[in-house]
Amino acid sequence: MAPPDSLTEILAPAETLAPLLRVDGLSVFYGSHQVVTDVRFELARGKSLALIGESGSGKSTIVRAVLRLLPGEARCTGCVAFDGQELPGLSERRFRPLRGRAIGFVPQDPGNALNPARTIGAQAIEAAALLDLPDKAGRTALILETFVRVGLDNPRRVYDSYPHQLSGGMLQRVLIGLAVLPRPALLVADEPTSSLDVTLQKRILDLLWRLRRDLDISLLLITHDLAIAAERADSLVVLKDGAVQEAGSPAAVFASPASSHARSLLAAVPALNPDRYAGLRARGPRCIGTDAGVASKIAVSSVTKTFMVDGKALTAVDNVSFTVPAGTTHALVGESGSGKTTMIRLLLGLEQPDTGDISVAGEQIAGRSPGSLRAVWRRLQIVYQNPFTSLDPTWKVEHLVREPLDRFHIGTRRERAERVREALAYVGLGEHLLSRKPVALSGGQRQRVAIARALVLKPDVIVLDEPTSALDVSVQAGIVEVLLSLQAELGLTYVFVSHDLALVRQLADTVCVMHRGRIIEHGTVMDIFDSPRQPYTRSLLDSLPSGAAAVDPLLHRRPEPLGTIRPTPRALTA
Amino acid sequence: MTAVSHVTAAGGLAAVRVPPAVALSFAVIALVIAWSIVPGLFTSFDPVNGVPADKLLGPSAAHWFGTDHLGRDLYTRVVYGTASSVESALIAVSIGVAAGGLIGLLAGFLGGWVDVVLARLVDVLLAIPSFLLAVIIVTALGFDTINVAIATGFSTVAVFARVMRSEVIKIRHATFVEASFLLGGSRWHILSRHVLPNASRSVLTLAVLRFGLSILVIASLAFLGYGDPPPASDWGLLISIGKNYLKWPWLVYAPAFVTIATVLSINRISRWLRQTA
Repeated sequence: MAPPDSLTEILAPAETLAPLLRVDGLSVFYGSHQVVTDVRFELARGKSLALIGESGSGKSTIVRAVLRLLPGEARCTGCVAFDGQELPGLSERRFRPLRGRAIGFVPQDPGNALNPARTIGAQAIEAAALLDLPDKAGRTALILETFVRVGLDNPRRVYDSYPHQLSGGMLQRVLIGLAVLPRPALLVADEPTSSLDVTLQKRILDLLWRLRRDLDISLLLITHDLAIAAERADSLVVLKDGAVQEAGSPAAVFASPASSHARSLLAAVPALNPDRYAGLRARGPRCIGTDAGVASKIAVSSVTKTFMVDGKALTAVDNVSFTVPAGTTHALVGESGSGKTTMIRLLLGLEQPDTGDISVAGEQIAGRSPGSLRAVWRRLQIVYQNPFTSLDPTWKVEHLVREPLDRFHIGTRRERAERVREALAYVGLGEHLLSRKPVALSGGQRQRVAIARALVLKPDVIVLDEPTSALDVSVQAGIVEVLLSLQAELGLTYVFVSHDLALVRQLADTVCVMHRGRIIEHGTVMDIFDSPRQPYTRSLLDSLPSGAAAVDPLLHRRPEPLGTIRPTPRALTA
Repeated sequence: MTAVSHVTAAGGLAAVRVPPAVALSFAVIALVIAWSIVPGLFTSFDPVNGVPADKLLGPSAAHWFGTDHLGRDLYTRVVYGTASSVESALIAVSIGVAAGGLIGLLAGFLGGWVDVVLARLVDVLLAIPSFLLAVIIVTALGFDTINVAIATGFSTVAVFARVMRSEVIKIRHATFVEASFLLGGSRWHILSRHVLPNASRSVLTLAVLRFGLSILVIASLAFLGYGDPPPASDWGLLISIGKNYLKWPWLVYAPAFVTIATVLSINRISRWLRQTA
């Protein structure tokens, strides 16, 4: 293969006229069901384009159509032209040389994309085989060089490792490396960061954009995160139900979104609307501040928990103390592995601390048996991260929400049924859902059921373990609204665990930043976000996508329209 | 989302589409069950006393499967033999599900030394070829169709225990089980209301599959003469008798065909259940 850089230099002036990828009037059908309708966009050589949409918006289907990976029963009409060639018309024999060599692909979940039974090197050799390098040594050298380019510090070690020996961020780097190794003209990245931490997310995106610049690759990014897309992409395409809602440069889309869908998406992104719920939050009985006079609902004092892993002591929670005043929201923030999950398990009494005291609503948690903790759990509940695993698939909604009432023998049969209805109404679910099983509910509806189940016991404290991280942005906004209006109405105290700082800013009153089991910084949301003292906190804040820099001032000038704040839970329309 | 609303719009069972092959399988099984319950409705001949003049006749409109060496209608013999063949397979599977399920449930849910002991027991059982095990047990108990059923059931215990244990372990660590614990659920409540219903899905599809296999094992044991002696007409026994009259091959083909059709139908249904579950 000729040195790609000099080649593109020579050809560049002639080719800038025709777009590298042109999709025109693309429609995809599964049987009689149309999933993509008349989608058109163009991607110029060396530019980047972001396809934005929520789950089910058809963005992955479009990418599959471009890569010709659609399953057999799908029917596809319209034009997909790559470098002047019509892709759908090409025979498989003529298309194969393009796939991998000219069009690279970075998959969504790095954990599943590599064969766990073979070393990274053995799989990288396959990608290198796409190039016409004669000898194995040359290929290996190229692979190692590429690994360095994608920011892997010890390429030799990575080369000899198995996938399970590397972290998610490293695996994603490997996959990006393998995709850019043959120097493709187009790189397609399907939600490349959705399974990664915020700080990693920023680094991976930075890497993609650096590679795009250095290697002159066009980038087609699929994402559900408007903020990410707006910050980096040259142009945006907003999708809903398989149709283009809006297209254009980020600045244009942000400044004057033409479609209502784009407007509601913009309003839903926490990073772009830090004060969206200010009105809702102000209504609640609040006592923010660090005055000692305020009664605290939760008090954690110098708690330490050590696990033995492979004979080595691992301190998951190291001398952690914090208090949460009644009726407020306290956020635990940190990357995965920072000890926040262990902390809430200690708080719930699911694990016992080695040292320290924990009290919730005046009751000691540490050192009690599960039997005596039952009484505490009546007033202390949890909403899990993933509503797809936290609800028993064989139970109906009514039964699921009634379970805690049955277990604690509360009220008569009729009273229980009444309380189930009441709890569902609180979270904005209609009674027609009572007889459904979780399979027949959407992700947002499931999480609302999970919240209703936590609520039905009328607890004082609810622990929220990343309650929206498995959900779409606009669904997330609905859940946050429910949580805040419940807090305002019932005076609940929340402990909110998250790695999404933008969401924390919208939701929480006080924050603890955790890093390697320690609390490195704590204070009110204002203090932490406006004047972080620790470099780690600052790096977390920096990794927040903020929308395109040019667009930022625009957003800050525009006050959030009042219409988007709904003080009472509404029935789910979706 | 669209798939979800689709299902709910169609509502309940109507949304489940049955492929033609599965529908045919259900028809075959329905017929076999009907034979076992009311054999008299399907034939007017006597399964025990034949008409010597009509011996060894080929298949015809009067005698669909022909007649045997004593002049008995073979179709009638097959129909009357269904009851013991199918019933004993049912008994066998029930024993396997009950004993194996209980062992797997306890091992998976309690863990610790209970799991270690029960898992080793299951390993030992799995190490013995199951047909050999069945032969040994039926020899010890005495030659009788019920004993054949017990022996067959016992030989499948280990398989059910294995599947149940792995399912229970998977579900025990599910988030919704921990959620139920935090919602005040006792161990017994979690076991009976969460773990068991979720685990039983894959155990039930296995049970259907094993039902077909048990029919084969029981026919094999009857063929070898471990079951009830003639004039009983277990399918395996009919094949065994038929093999002595090689000039009249329908005596083997007819009962063999019925056995194969039944087992294939059950297998198809089991696969369909596994796909839809």
